[in-house]
Formats: sequence, structure tokens, C-alpha cells
Amino acid sequence: MNLFKYSAPSIFYPLAGRLATGFAVAAVLLLVIGLYMSFFVAPTDYKQGEGYRIMFIHVPAAWMSMLIYVVMAGWAAAGMIWRTRLSSMMASALAPTGAMFTFITLWTGALWGKPMWGAWWVWDARLTSELILLFLYIGYMALESAIDDPRRAARACGLLALVGVINVPIIYYSVQWWNTLHQGASIKMSESGGIETSMTDIMLWTLLIMTFACWCYTIAVTLTRVRNTILERESKTVWVKEMVQREEK
Amino acid sequence: MKARHKRMMFIVLGLVSVTAIAALVLNALQSNINHFFSPTEVVANEAPKDRTFRLGGLVETGSVKREDDGLTVHFNVTDNAEVVTVKYTGILPDLFSEGEGVVAQGKLSPRGVFEAEEVLAKHDETYMPPEVADALAKAAAQGTAQ
Repeated sequence: MNLFKYSAPSIFYPLAGRLATGFAVAAVLLLVIGLYMSFFVAPTDYKQGEGYRIMFIHVPAAWMSMLIYVVMAGWAAAGMIWRTRLSSMMASALAPTGAMFTFITLWTGALWGKPMWGAWWVWDARLTSELILLFLYIGYMALESAIDDPRRAARACGLLALVGVINVPIIYYSVQWWNTLHQGASIKMSESGGIETSMTDIMLWTLLIMTFACWCYTIAVTLTRVRNTILERESKTVWVKEMVQREEK
Repeated sequence: MKARHKRMMFIVLGLVSVTAIAALVLNALQSNINHFFSPTEVVANEAPKDRTFRLGGLVETGSVKREDDGLTVHFNVTDNAEVVTVKYTGILPDLFSEGEGVVAQGKLSPRGVFEAEEVLAKHDETYMPPEVADALAKAAAQGTAQ
């Protein structure tokens, strides 16, 4: 099977529509289960009481903020290498969702930080690098809307996305490399290659379900956004006109 | 070499050089990025003398003493190697307790007491239900009793 076939917007458009619907349904289901588990099933923490439950949104959002940036940079690189129109559309469709998750991370972190640490905000390496990530997303979107020609915009934004990707490992490892107020990772790879956690299984499962919900949400929203971009950019092509005629009948 | 391979190589080279630059910059800034100094560093005179800095470590068990005004607290911060005494007047965060992590901002007095203006609790990455924590504490107590 030739995967490059799907880089043609006319073939990708209907496929993206079907995928978006499926992932949207999955996102709603997982979110309902995940939120129920977050509030009612997961046990109270021995030290933080009920306040720790904010991690069930904070941690998935933080993971998504980093993962989305890496995927965005990957699409930007693909767009530069193969010059496919779709790749840069995918990259720019991911940016708003990434910015949203970064904002949620910072916001929920501040809400948790005030009662637990005693401060809304501290300038430690983890918090500061995550704030830089938010500025990278906002810069990406601003740069894109500042350049009218989509091709030139894609090149400039692609460069920004690729340079910024260096920030992601800095965020992830900041708690190991420096003394930070932010705690270290609760879930990490052990030296033997397995996964080690310092939380109970039910907390871990709740966290994973919430994360899958965020994945499905991101995929559904991004694909929908890409479909809109495709229609906008390809509005003068034959296949769009034919599709519109079919739907008007 | 195809044009596509050339572009791929440029991207890889670009990423490698950006990584190298970032690594060098971060390495040079190492001491400025650290959020706090440990008691060992303070005792070894590595912390700044005349300006405020942050001190981080564990609150030594049994070291917390309150003065009669009810607001001024003295406690020792330790990293299990060295100890620094801290004096603080104000309200402590919820998670502050003996044996727990703490980050204090302030200045070192000439007598070597750290006079804090702000005390933040540092939480670790462990989460568990209270029953498990109780069971662990009991098991540890039995372990030491035997």
C-alpha cells in the first residue's frame, strides 16, 4: 500500500472526516470514564488529601503539550523534506490544541501550587521551560497569521517549530538536571526497561485513561481543523467543486 | 544525492547544531538554573554571601521549634549530610512538616543562621492512599522494633 496516496488532500479529506468522528466518540467515552474515576474511584492521597486529584488533568495536559509539539515539528520536517501540502497543514492544525494544553498545564499547576507549595508561581526550570513552550506555540500561530502566502508561512513556521523542539527534552529532564521545586516524574522507565511508578495502580489507570481521552480529542480536533484548511486552500479545485455540487443535490 | 535527501540532511544538521548550542548554554548557566542550594553547598560556602538565595532540603525530624509569638519558627534543613538552621516568621504551607521537603528563600546571617522571607513546601512524586501509608508506617515500625 502506498501511504503517500493519502498526502493528496482530495483523498485525505473524506478519510479525515470518518476518522474525526470515530475519535470524537472515543474521546467523549474515555473522558466520561476518566473523570468518573478521577473524582470517585481513585483513592485519597495520604498527604495531599483530595487536592492531588488535579493531577488527573494536569499530567495528561502536560504530556500532551510536549507530545503535540514533537508531532508538530515532525510534520513541519516532513513538509520541508517531501514538500507535501498536507504536512504543513497538519503542523499548523496542531498548534492551537498544543497551546491550549500548555495553558491548562500552567493554570492547573498554579491552582495546585498555591495550597501545596505556598506559591502560585516560582521561576524554577520546569515551570519556566513550560512557559517558554506556551510562547513557542503562540509565536508559531502569530508567525503563521503574519505571512499571507501559505507556502512562505509554512517554511517560516516549520523552521520555528524545528528550532523550538529542543525545548521539549529540556522540559522533560529539567527536574532531573537541576534542583527544582517541581517534583520529579512519578512514572518513568526503569533501568531494566520496565515502567516504574510511585503511585497506586488505580491512580495510574485513571491517569492513562485521561491521557487516551486527550489523545482522541486532539486527533479529532486536529483532523477537523485540517479539513477546514483543505477546503479553504483547495476551494478552486475541481474535486472540491464536484463535492459541493454533490452535496447540494 | 536527491534534493529531498539534501533537505533531510540540512534539517538533521540544523537540529544537531541547535542541540549542541542549547547544551553549551545550559551547561554554562548550570548554577543559575538551579532553583535552590543544598545544605552541603551552603556549608561549603558555595551559596552567595550578601544576597538572597534559596535553600532546599528536608526538614530535620524533631528540629521544629516555635517561639512564643506563635509565628516565628526555627527548624533545621538537612540533605542527610549537612545541616543549616532556618529562622522564619510567617505562615507555613499545608505540606510543611518534619521529614518533608522544603525550599526557603532568604539570606544567611553572619552567625550562619538562614533568615527566610518565604518558605515553600516541596512535594515528592509519591502518591498513595492513607491506608497504604499507615500500613507502610506500621511495617516500618515493626521492622525497627524487631
